Amino acid sequence: MPTKLVLLILLAAFSAQTQAKETPADNYKAYCIQCHGSEGTGKGVNVRDMTVVPRDHTDAKAMSGRSDETLFKAIKEGGPSIEKSILMPPWGATLSDEEIKELVQHLRMLCKCKFG
Amino acid sequence: MKRIIFVALLGFSGATLAEGGMLQGSCATCHNTKGPAAQTLKTAFEKKGPDLFYAGNKYRQEWLVSWLQKPSRLRPAGMYYGGHIKAGVKGDEIDASTLTDHIALSKADATSVAAELMKMKPHDDLIAKEKIESGTVPKQMGEMAFNKFLGCMACHLIEPEYGGLSGPELYTAAKRLQPQYIASFIRSPQAWEPKSMMPNKNLSEVNIQKMVHYLETLSKEDANAN
Ligand code: HEC
Ligand code: HEC
Ligand code: HEC
Repeated sequence: MPTKLVLLILLAAFSAQTQAKETPADNYKAYCIQCHGSEGTGKGVNVRDMTVVPRDHTDAKAMSGRSDETLFKAIKEGGPSIEKSILMPPWGATLSDEEIKELVQHLRMLCKCKFG
Repeated sequence: MKRIIFVALLGFSGATLAEGGMLQGSCATCHNTKGPAAQTLKTAFEKKGPDLFYAGNKYRQEWLVSWLQKPSRLRPAGMYYGGHIKAGVKGDEIDASTLTDHIALSKADATSVAAELMKMKPHDDLIAKEKIESGTVPKQMGEMAFNKFLGCMACHLIEPEYGGLSGPELYTAAKRLQPQYIASFIRSPQAWEPKSMMPNKNLSEVNIQKMVHYLETLSKEDANAN
């Protein structure tokens, strides 16, 4: 009986947390396409005056040169954390680690590529 | 618990309805005038105008009175930029045909609505945390920081023809916004709007103050006076 109760409480806490989780496609659409473009090709509505162009996320060659960990770090902590431009912002205050992990997989889908 | 919230909500809307007829009527069809801010992206995507429920913590009253009589575009790509773009030859561009002009009010209506808006201050706590130091920053220095070191230009115009388009124009920001709000929003956009499309760029206190002063400098330029 007590274990059941604990389980129930755990379940409730877990579902409350996951409720707020967004899909990677929605997160990409909300936060990334402003620079990376609606097709993910790096041609967002913001790029006109940018001195460094956003990465083309459909570029399999460039994207396969990055490990999942590097992509995760770039998204969470921003461009400078992987020696890239400050114009790539940090999203750690916006997205949970789990959402960022899923975004990395979303990028793998866009580039149709793996690391290596 | 649910019932208590419901009753509290009823009491609240009853009180505001009595005073703010227009605001809670026609304005509320596009603006969130009661809070809370969007908690999911679904609601964020559907927003038809910026949140007004913390207007008294955000705007300068005199700006409200004049803008409401003669509204001009502040967000080049409208509310949720993604709903107002189309594929162009060089990439995404703004689809102007999807943007509409804002309703303009008479002087009397603008004055009374602005007074109502200024009473809406649910975030006094966030504002109280900000201390604006007096000071100025030379335009060149501020611009270097804004563009190069902090990367704000990616999403904001700092001149009518320079900068990014997904966020509100900032060359008029200091005329529009209270300095404490500017500081607080830069410190944590998510404290105001959990689903804000502006990231928290973890600025130091020095840089936050610098941005407030820079935006003040920008707004004082003749070219940006309107
Ligand atoms: C303000 C514009 C902007 C936004 C918004 C933005 N990015 Fe970027 N991003 C850039 C720029 C510019 C670069 C290129 C940096 C460089 O090459 O130095 C970049 C690079 C990256 C990289 C590194 C790629 C590589 O291997 O070099 C990743 C990963 C990335 N962005 C993912 C994202 C994701 C995911 C989002 C949304 C959560 C996002 N970006 C939102 C501008 C932006
Ligand atoms: C048809 C939808 C619609 C209606 C109705 C409407 N607004 Fe707006 N409002 C908008 C949009 C969209 C913006 C953003 C404009 C921009 O950024 O260019 C806006 C912007 C504003 C702003 C500036 C806020 C900011 O931070 O950019 C104020 C103040 C405002 N509206 C007040 C009002 C009031 C008061 C009313 C009622 C008299 C009203 N609006 C009715 C859609 C609407
Ligand atoms: C990735 C795009 C992006 C970047 C980078 C960005 N912003 Fe923003 N900013 C926005 C958006 C979008 C808003 C509108 C608020 C919202 O939608 O939640 C905003 C709002 C603001 C506001 C309030 C303006 C208003 O009228 O409400 C200020 C001030 C501001 N940003 C300053 C900055 C500064 C300073 C920087 C650099 C440290 C910066 N922003 C970087 C997108 C961005």
